[in-house]
Amino acid sequence: MSYDLIVIGGGPAGYVGAIRAAQLGKRVACVEKERAGGTCLNWGCIPTKSLLRNAELFHLMKHRAEEYGFKFASLDFDWGKVIQRSRTVADKNAAGIEYLFKKNKVDYVRGEGALDRAGEVTVKLADGQTRKLAAPKILLATGVVSRPLPGFPFNGTTVIGSREALVLASQPKDIIIIGAGAIGVEFAYFFNAFGTKVTLVEMMPNILPLEDTEASQALEKAFVRQGIKVLTGTKVVKAETGAGGVTITVEGNQVETLSAGLCLVAIGVQPLMPGGASLKLTPRGYLETDARYQTSLPGVYAAGDIIGPPLLAHTASYEAIQAVEGMFTQHVPKKVELFPSCTYSQPQVASVGLTERAAKEKGLKFRVGKFPFSASGKARAVGEVDGFVKLLFGEPHGELLGAHIVGAEATEMIAELGLALTLEATHEEIEASIHAHPTLSEAVHEATGQAFGTAIHL
Amino acid sequence: MPYVEMPKLSDTMAEGTVVKWRKATGDAVKAGDVLAEIETDKAVMELEAFESGTLREIYVAEGGKARIGEKLALLLGANESVPQADDLAVSQKATAAPSTHEISPQPSVAAAGANDAPSPTRAATGTSQLPTSGRVKASPLARKIARAKGVDLNTLKGSGPGGRIVARDVESARPVPAAASPPEIPPLPAGLGDRRIPLSGMRKIIAERLLASKRQIPHFYLNIEVDAGELVRLRTQLNEHLEKSGQSKLTFNDFILKAVVGAATKVPRVNAAFAGDAVIEYGDVHLSVAVAVEEGLVTPVIRQAQKKSLREISETVKDLATRARTKKLKPEEYQGGTLTVSNLGSYGVDSFLAVINPPQAVILAIGAIVKKPVVNARDEIVIAHRLAIGLSADHRVVDGAVGAQYLAELRQLLENPAWMLF
Repeated sequence: MSYDLIVIGGGPAGYVGAIRAAQLGKRVACVEKERAGGTCLNWGCIPTKSLLRNAELFHLMKHRAEEYGFKFASLDFDWGKVIQRSRTVADKNAAGIEYLFKKNKVDYVRGEGALDRAGEVTVKLADGQTRKLAAPKILLATGVVSRPLPGFPFNGTTVIGSREALVLASQPKDIIIIGAGAIGVEFAYFFNAFGTKVTLVEMMPNILPLEDTEASQALEKAFVRQGIKVLTGTKVVKAETGAGGVTITVEGNQVETLSAGLCLVAIGVQPLMPGGASLKLTPRGYLETDARYQTSLPGVYAAGDIIGPPLLAHTASYEAIQAVEGMFTQHVPKKVELFPSCTYSQPQVASVGLTERAAKEKGLKFRVGKFPFSASGKARAVGEVDGFVKLLFGEPHGELLGAHIVGAEATEMIAELGLALTLEATHEEIEASIHAHPTLSEAVHEATGQAFGTAIHL
Repeated sequence: MPYVEMPKLSDTMAEGTVVKWRKATGDAVKAGDVLAEIETDKAVMELEAFESGTLREIYVAEGGKARIGEKLALLLGANESVPQADDLAVSQKATAAPSTHEISPQPSVAAAGANDAPSPTRAATGTSQLPTSGRVKASPLARKIARAKGVDLNTLKGSGPGGRIVARDVESARPVPAAASPPEIPPLPAGLGDRRIPLSGMRKIIAERLLASKRQIPHFYLNIEVDAGELVRLRTQLNEHLEKSGQSKLTFNDFILKAVVGAATKVPRVNAAFAGDAVIEYGDVHLSVAVAVEEGLVTPVIRQAQKKSLREISETVKDLATRARTKKLKPEEYQGGTLTVSNLGSYGVDSFLAVINPPQAVILAIGAIVKKPVVNARDEIVIAHRLAIGLSADHRVVDGAVGAQYLAELRQLLENPAWMLF
């Protein structure tokens, strides 16, 4: 059977690219070695959001029941069910992708795809047999996997990556998390909320080092208040596994030896190359692609995490759609320029556009507007006064440059500002838009007003 | 929104003059009533009320000018109250996107021609359908930068979502020179006894468009002289007949227009426009005819002229010219031309060359039919009727040989005018 397109990888780049091509009337096969949905759906975005919801509820009841007027004899949780809920959510979502494949007549091929040459893919099927597929266009979307700390390999028991952390059989008593990017931060919140003793180690001066410094610092303060031990500007100098767990020596302001039953290494990821033909790589080891997402081999394209940062599901899907439309229509593919980043701890952190750091580095003239949720009526009513909205506006035209939100619903609120950036809105359009009262989003309006001296509630 | 604002009544309009208020403060107004007469760069048009109510205040007196989107009057409905002072301030601030809600211009600005002959950049993005409401798709930031730089958004091609003009499009654009910057060659200052005549809307548009034409379009020129003897004889003969039967006579210009159109259907390359990354050859010949009016000139359009007979062309041009002189043209009647003829023969000009009417590719300059001694085919010097024609062409669209081929077709028709009767 010959196809118009073969996609290797069934994650947010692969399945989305496959479906879009099918919608364009192409015959498509999507090869996935594990389960449709990729890391996002099976081992990332979705199951972690399920765990974090459990964590939020438990944390609220555990620490703030009295404030809200709740009384109960005892509060407990069933770890197995917490994990099981997360797996059920992932299962249902994966089944949803398979349904979408059927609906769009995408051939879903379960097995490990290898790129023989341009136009040809060999799939090692689950039963050990092989199957050859041919198509003039091939899209590689094989993604990434957790990267181990050099000299401290994953062992599945005491040294784990995010994937294992999602399905721990029992709650760890204590955990050291190395790396405070979104993954490290979310797991730190999750485990701490259930009462695990958490130490979060970050080499850079701040947790969530890519976020605006003020946002990182606000989250760090909240984490410390929640009881998480946060070590920033701290690197691991020695890491060992022993009978009962791990012993890790870190060096920050001082040298310190930490020990715990479990260590989650969340320092980053490494590309997962498909087997077969070798392609040109970027200096950081991702697949190199041109403006049309084509690799060094004509007819072979790539999208998603495998072509490098940003390593996000929503940017991966965007890239795949761009690549596929570029292959089969007159569309001139675009690269990801503007995208939101979200971290789903409590408080949440969300951002889009430039950080204050980046705006300064670019030498831009700008002004900052900031509004704390502690001054928001809605935030007080729901009891979520942590955090703020911080907006950057360019001079002299007052266009929005960047938005940074720390707070309970930050990740839902950021969409408004993403739209504002895409539309090149200036402060006047934000100010001219009536924001519903009472909402947390009013803080966006007020932060804008604060930048231009028209805020009412400050 | 109780305000009546200056609507965008033509593609090129930037401001309008209130010629006359037909309603006075305190008058009851019904939707559809004519509120005022507005003079644009091209015509005087009636401004209709979109909603019923009472005319409470007039902000621009007769003879006063207002830019598009500026408030002309306050028209309050039965349940509306006078807005507070700061409401006024806020809404005046937001005049970037003019609201044409309150008023519907009469005649409507459904510029049929705008689709047929879009300006080149618009054609390239497929956003040529826009001008009906006078709205330009541009981001708020793009509008602000454009205002600061003096860039006309109408001249830009948008690279944003859906062809929207975004900041980078404006940043890479050059300002419109005539509109934004002071004149590069300063005139002698006006002294005693000199007159300083402020530019009318029409004068401004002529200045901007023709400067843009000469700056942006690489003009080249071709001249021919045709034997008009047969044309003179045929016209005399036909007019004698027409006069006897009580019908209106045909002018030389009618024949020339017919010939210009006929030749353009043979050499369609001249009926075209440069569109940035393509040349657009138009399917219809919408013939613009330059008509001198009091303040300048307008170019009403004979639509689908290739489908019109000599008689139909004659009647159409007579009607358009009359109404052009009395400023009674509707916008769609002077927009969307694809080829222009300027005839100064009746002013006694023997021959001349014209500036291209952008975004068209060709303009024809017609001189007077004059008697001259010429050498005929038998090498005799004889007296003949001669007609000089100048062609100015956009070299990006038309090359010398194509221009020459077109003029040859034109000569063929004018020297054998009987063919134009079929």
